[in-house]
Amino acid sequence: MLKLERRPQPSKAWVWLAPVVAVIATMIAGGALFAMLGKDPLVAIRTIFWDPLFSEFAFFYRPQLLVKGAPLILIAIGLSLGFRAGIWNIGAEGQYIVGALTGAGVGLAFYPLEGWFVFPLMVMAGALGGWAWAMIPAVLKVKFGTNEILVSLMLVYVAEQLLASMSLGLMKNPEGFGFPGSRNLQQYPSAHNAELIAGSGMHWGVVAAMIAVIFAYIMLTRHILGFHIRLTGEAPRAARFAGVNPGRLVLICLGLAGALAGLAGMFEVSGPAGRVSIDFNVGYGFTAIIVAFLGRLHPLGIALAGLLMALTYIGGEIAQSRLGVPAAAIQMFQGMLLFFLLAVDVMTNYRLRLTRREVA
Amino acid sequence: MKLTKLLTTAALALGLATGAMAQDTLKVGFVYVGPVGDGGWTYEHDKARQAVEAEFGDKVETVFVESVPEGPDAERVMTQMALDGAKLIFTTSFGFMDPTINVAAKFPDVKFEHATGYKRADNVSTYSARFYEGRAIQGHIAGKMTESNIIGYIGSYPIPEVIRGINSAFIHARKVNPDVQFKIVWAYTWFDPAKEADAAKVLIEQGADVILQHTDSTAPLAAAAEAGNIIGFGQASDMSEYADGPRVSSIIDNWAPYYIDRVKAVMDGTWTSTDTWDGIGPGMVGIGEITDRVPAEVKAEALALKEAIAKGEYHPFTGPLNKQDGSVWLADGEVADDGTLLGMDFYVEGIEGTIPN
Amino acid sequence: MDLSSINPILLLASLMVAATPLLLAAVGELVVEKAGVLNLGVEGMMITGAICGFAIAVNTGDPFLGVLAAAGGGAVLSLLFALLTQVALANQVASGLGLTLFGLGLSSLIGQGYQGIRPPPFPKLNIPGLSDLPVIGRILFSHDLMVYLGLIIVTGVWFMLKYTRAGLILRAVGENHEAAHALGYKVVRIRIMAILFGGACAGMGGAYISLIRVPQWTEGMTAGIGWIALALVVFASWKPWRVLLGAYLFGGVTVIQLNLQAAGVAIPVEYLAMSPYLITILVLVIMSADKSSAPASLGRIFHASR
Repeated sequence: MLKLERRPQPSKAWVWLAPVVAVIATMIAGGALFAMLGKDPLVAIRTIFWDPLFSEFAFFYRPQLLVKGAPLILIAIGLSLGFRAGIWNIGAEGQYIVGALTGAGVGLAFYPLEGWFVFPLMVMAGALGGWAWAMIPAVLKVKFGTNEILVSLMLVYVAEQLLASMSLGLMKNPEGFGFPGSRNLQQYPSAHNAELIAGSGMHWGVVAAMIAVIFAYIMLTRHILGFHIRLTGEAPRAARFAGVNPGRLVLICLGLAGALAGLAGMFEVSGPAGRVSIDFNVGYGFTAIIVAFLGRLHPLGIALAGLLMALTYIGGEIAQSRLGVPAAAIQMFQGMLLFFLLAVDVMTNYRLRLTRREVA
Repeated sequence: MKLTKLLTTAALALGLATGAMAQDTLKVGFVYVGPVGDGGWTYEHDKARQAVEAEFGDKVETVFVESVPEGPDAERVMTQMALDGAKLIFTTSFGFMDPTINVAAKFPDVKFEHATGYKRADNVSTYSARFYEGRAIQGHIAGKMTESNIIGYIGSYPIPEVIRGINSAFIHARKVNPDVQFKIVWAYTWFDPAKEADAAKVLIEQGADVILQHTDSTAPLAAAAEAGNIIGFGQASDMSEYADGPRVSSIIDNWAPYYIDRVKAVMDGTWTSTDTWDGIGPGMVGIGEITDRVPAEVKAEALALKEAIAKGEYHPFTGPLNKQDGSVWLADGEVADDGTLLGMDFYVEGIEGTIPN
Repeated sequence: MDLSSINPILLLASLMVAATPLLLAAVGELVVEKAGVLNLGVEGMMITGAICGFAIAVNTGDPFLGVLAAAGGGAVLSLLFALLTQVALANQVASGLGLTLFGLGLSSLIGQGYQGIRPPPFPKLNIPGLSDLPVIGRILFSHDLMVYLGLIIVTGVWFMLKYTRAGLILRAVGENHEAAHALGYKVVRIRIMAILFGGACAGMGGAYISLIRVPQWTEGMTAGIGWIALALVVFASWKPWRVLLGAYLFGGVTVIQLNLQAAGVAIPVEYLAMSPYLITILVLVIMSADKSSAPASLGRIFHASR
């Protein structure tokens, strides 16, 4: 009988091998799915994983990976800190929305004034907005012990209503013929989060994501706060003896996650998206949770996972239009990727052993 | 702009390559905001896409991407279609407006058709349907048939499109029944069938015996069927599965004639940037069969109204009409201009309540 | 404004209907969480149940078979989660989210071709005498049978958890899996059974929407109800009766805000639409004094080392 046995130490080989095995397994299972739908599985897999990177139009798709991946990475980095400490912020989507609203709000308030200070103020407002939205579950948890999963999730729905209300009311474009949605910030140079180098996909959000990855890496490996976070997640009681203040940790982790999600929203609304609209949010806050786990809550892993997720989105769109693969199949494909990674991951900490059935 | 140049050259190169390969196949792209299985907005656009394929056979190749979020994702999908050689791209949601304009600037040789927007360019047309014409007919039937004189109306978001529909229905209900009242409920969602069911039930419980809906699911009709003795209308699609019950007629989105027309124009080289706002006449707005539950004379009146609107003899917004606050909007015989209609943000006189903001 | 147009009897009756899908999904998840497992895939299981139930009901013409199929579909999908978290010892939060993604995709693939069909009608309770009673008859005795099934399941779960040995074992597994294991209980097996039960309940909740509440099939039609069901369990501090209360409260706030709108009360609608969520948070804060009930092993991975 097969039995799992805990490894004394996580396997170094499997840490690297697991994602590779998972991606290969996903390709096989996904290929079977595409074949069932009457598509050529090899072509489909190539379209999703290879074409965005190496086909003749890769010059367009490669930068798009950064555009799509940056908000995911930025949010996931923030979430991973809390997840490591056992603090479950499921409401990054709400923090993302509010950050976009406060960031865009500051920009729109200054319209049409041109000045170098507008964009930095928007950045601050975006971070602050996301931070404040995350402080609600944080403070409630510290003060009253309410469950942060639930409160942060509820606040997503509240933020969505707020977004609708703003698009239809306060932030509505006065020159938009009564249609919902704000002015396009892409047409307001001082507030536009433009590409830093044309055609590269690099905007301030990508830069922020890179900084966040490095910052999180250093913090987790070198800083006492990172040590506290890891300790709290792995051994909560030991953490208390080590003098970790759990309340403070909740405030810091949720606050950081909120600020980063808010930043992501702000960079998105002032750059690639351009405007506040009812359907501005597209689920980055939830997808980032998957990215955080795909990257195993490790900053570098998250950066790679974010790009991989972005690849499946972009490749998935190409497969839809070229091969007529339904969007639903792409969704399943992404789900499979996560399943396989989670399933294979067990090999990092456990090994399979053949045991004889014992008579109890 | 390095990228623009790069993209155009690439598109040109590809255009040459595919042009030589398949001389007479036109590639047409469709960008959808929802899944093709939503049974409403996107479903009807996709039916029109299939009609294009049926009409032109081997001469066209259609491609589509569904559930595309508005914003950068839409821009990427359109670019990708253009790079892959699509020569005509339909973008079927208001939120695709700015992305369409952006991408169109990069691909001057590709034609774009944007639904329900107001920004155009040399290679970007806009098109939309005058659904309010259908609402006039609904209002007429509703006003005639209501016994409680209360008509329930389920709106999605308070945007000009929805407000226009409410006003049109109300004007024509009042015209035939001076005692009629509208109860309006805003769902604040595009799509949540369970909430639509709740909204319909609430309206029925508060005495409405006619339900008008500006949301796409059959939930309100099912609620009407359950309550009995309530009538309603199909929205977006015919919803004829309820024709033996509450559904007495419907407003159908019919994009097929327009799509076929535009594809043909590109094939013939006669395509120009236009602003189309079509109604019942050209067939963009379809009126589903009026069932026998409607008394014969009401049905005849409704059909006459439809005929008059289709021929352009009658405009649903013809004065004298006052705004809700009593101020004069249209003088006797005056017809509303399209600009006011497009941005309509007020109720007409007689509707109670305020538009949420 | 005309508040008199709101009929409290009908309000209560429609509230019971509005709450049923939530109630079914939430009570299933409650059992799962009582066993110490956090399955965030409720939305995915609900939507899968919605299409499985719809497809079978349409093809067989029998709505009861549809409900059965929905329970089966939800359970099969949850088995995937069970394998991941109980056998492969994967993280439950991530697995649950993946399950939702997968379920949404799967359901729309299965559902191709089922648009614009009206499913067979679901029979209603009609007890001569009782159903005709004034007030009580309308509120209590004239719903479709699924409303009562939901109530029966809640009662059953309450009874099982409180009075039976099975309930005791389930709670033991959820409170301290090491100790339960040491006592000789099959922790993994019990948890898998709980997960399957949760999947079946969520599936039926989904079928309630596609077969009775709406009734039609459209992609993504559960529109977030699964997430609210998750919230309800915590809101109810893992007590079946409070799940019932919470479901009615939540369904009720939505119905009441629509009622106020229809009655012409001039409150900004978007804030009314927010109110169910804000009230949930508020009640949560008020009820947070009660910290006794969260299963101690919730979300923790169990591996029998010996």
